[in-house]
Amino acid sequence: MSLLVDIKKDFGRFRLDAHFEAESGAVTGLLGASGCGKSVTLKCVAGIEKPDSGRIVLDGRVLFDSEKRIDLTPQQRRVGYLFQNYALFPNMTLAQNIAVGVRDRSKRREMVERLVKSFYLEGCEHKYPRQLSGGQQQRTALARILASEPEVLMLDEPFSALDSYLKWQVELELADLLDKFPGPVLFVTHDRDEVHRLCSRVCVLDSGRAQGVQGVMELFNSPRTLSACLLSGCKNVSRARRVSEHRLEAADWQTELETALPMPEELAYVGIRAHFVKPVDGPGPNRLKCRVERVVTEAFSTVVMMSTQGGSEGYARLRMELPQERWEALGGPRELWAELSPGDLLPLTRD
Amino acid sequence: MDWYPLWNSLRIAAVSTVVIFFLGIFAAYYVAKLPRLIKGVLDVILTLPLVLPPTVVGYFLLRLLGPKRTVGLWFLEMFDLRLTMVWYSAIFASAVVAFPLMYRTARGAFEAFDKNLAYAGQTLGRSNTWIFWRVRMPCCKQGIIAGTVLAFARALGEYGATSMIAGYTPGKTATISTTVYQLWRTGDDAGAMRWVLVNLGISAVVLLAVNMLEKKDKRPRRRVEAVSEGVD
Repeated sequence: MSLLVDIKKDFGRFRLDAHFEAESGAVTGLLGASGCGKSVTLKCVAGIEKPDSGRIVLDGRVLFDSEKRIDLTPQQRRVGYLFQNYALFPNMTLAQNIAVGVRDRSKRREMVERLVKSFYLEGCEHKYPRQLSGGQQQRTALARILASEPEVLMLDEPFSALDSYLKWQVELELADLLDKFPGPVLFVTHDRDEVHRLCSRVCVLDSGRAQGVQGVMELFNSPRTLSACLLSGCKNVSRARRVSEHRLEAADWQTELETALPMPEELAYVGIRAHFVKPVDGPGPNRLKCRVERVVTEAFSTVVMMSTQGGSEGYARLRMELPQERWEALGGPRELWAELSPGDLLPLTRD
Repeated sequence: MDWYPLWNSLRIAAVSTVVIFFLGIFAAYYVAKLPRLIKGVLDVILTLPLVLPPTVVGYFLLRLLGPKRTVGLWFLEMFDLRLTMVWYSAIFASAVVAFPLMYRTARGAFEAFDKNLAYAGQTLGRSNTWIFWRVRMPCCKQGIIAGTVLAFARALGEYGATSMIAGYTPGKTATISTTVYQLWRTGDDAGAMRWVLVNLGISAVVLLAVNMLEKKDKRPRRRVEAVSEGVD
């Protein structure tokens, strides 16, 4: 079973061009900055928004096909949609909310009881949504969705409405549920860590364009495009020009660098994660002389913002993250040499 | 004291409120979905009776419903029914004048309604009719009740258009507001005062009701025991 999405929609402000496939039994992340078309994509799959053209096929069943003029109603699609604010009906109790999802009236009572139990909601059956905690609200919404026996599950930023201290527990519970769900799961988020923990495959969306599905480890170890690299949390990026297969010229850092990964012909940028930038004692290959501009102490690490030679003063172009003790041991220098080892450099193309 | 004007005013206001309730909600629901341009034009037309002088509304109604005009003539010939200068003529006047109050409050409530609730109902397999009556209406309940009460109050106090289309016939078309004017005009100051007090009393009760609805704690008091109760 799988969900195939290939749709286009013009919003004037931007064009949505999403093409991807989500496999059953796997969680496929849709990763993108806010306003890049993630939620709209889910709405198109659910039948709430209508794409201008394209196809949506769920396990051989056509949900939408602009050429054959097929456009099933949301009711016919059997798509489970967890909204960002959970969209629980405020005028109904928890049990009533779940009961709304049950299509077969004769099974309603039994099914609600079973779901209330399996989502640890016993004792709250007669409470109204606003009397529930954020985690309980989310579990209720999920129970309601499962009650409708959907063939695909779509989660729209499921943790954005939760306090950060609740998030961890709720996320663990959700991970269990997602493991058990037999159909495809689409997980929309802008948070790379959530993708890393919950998804096995990921599709990066940048201003409406889907960049193809890839493995999650691949996204973190070797992102191919600038937007994928930034979304995977990389803080250091420079414009770059290919010199040879393993050499490039980094324009913003004013230096030539060697890379372990072979460079694509259409190389446009190079990136390196902040914690891979290492302070070293002197010059050498792949080393840069930097001026310390700002030091920010975080809970367990120190972030050093540095400007490189040729860069204007005060404008930090390289960010280094290292353990606090390590930075203290250096004795707070004004200038230092930083190493960008070939194995840590990420060659990137324009999107 | 002859209580006919009170009874007549109440039945006129009640009938027009029932009509306005459904028309107002219907208009609010569908206008909110229209494209912006048409929405703007329709909005102006539907709100116009709120700002027009009631005599202008009365003029239009007479042009439409008068015994020698299109609709009025047709009703006279087909059903032998007069649409002007009878007690129910005032229903047309008060319904038109009070309609915008219902329409605008209901529209405000519908626009504040979280669309995701409707979408959630759809993806869960519920029909749009079910969603309208079981989710949208209960969630917009306060706005809709407030609109209904305001419309009722306005209908009860209608004077200008009513006096043009229904006139003043004691025991036939007299309403509270037309009676006040008639008694004052004929020098019965005490009689006018009595009806003024009745009117003040009713208006105060209505406004009190609106205020109480706005302040009312949103927490429902009734505990719902059965799981499936209220779901179908």
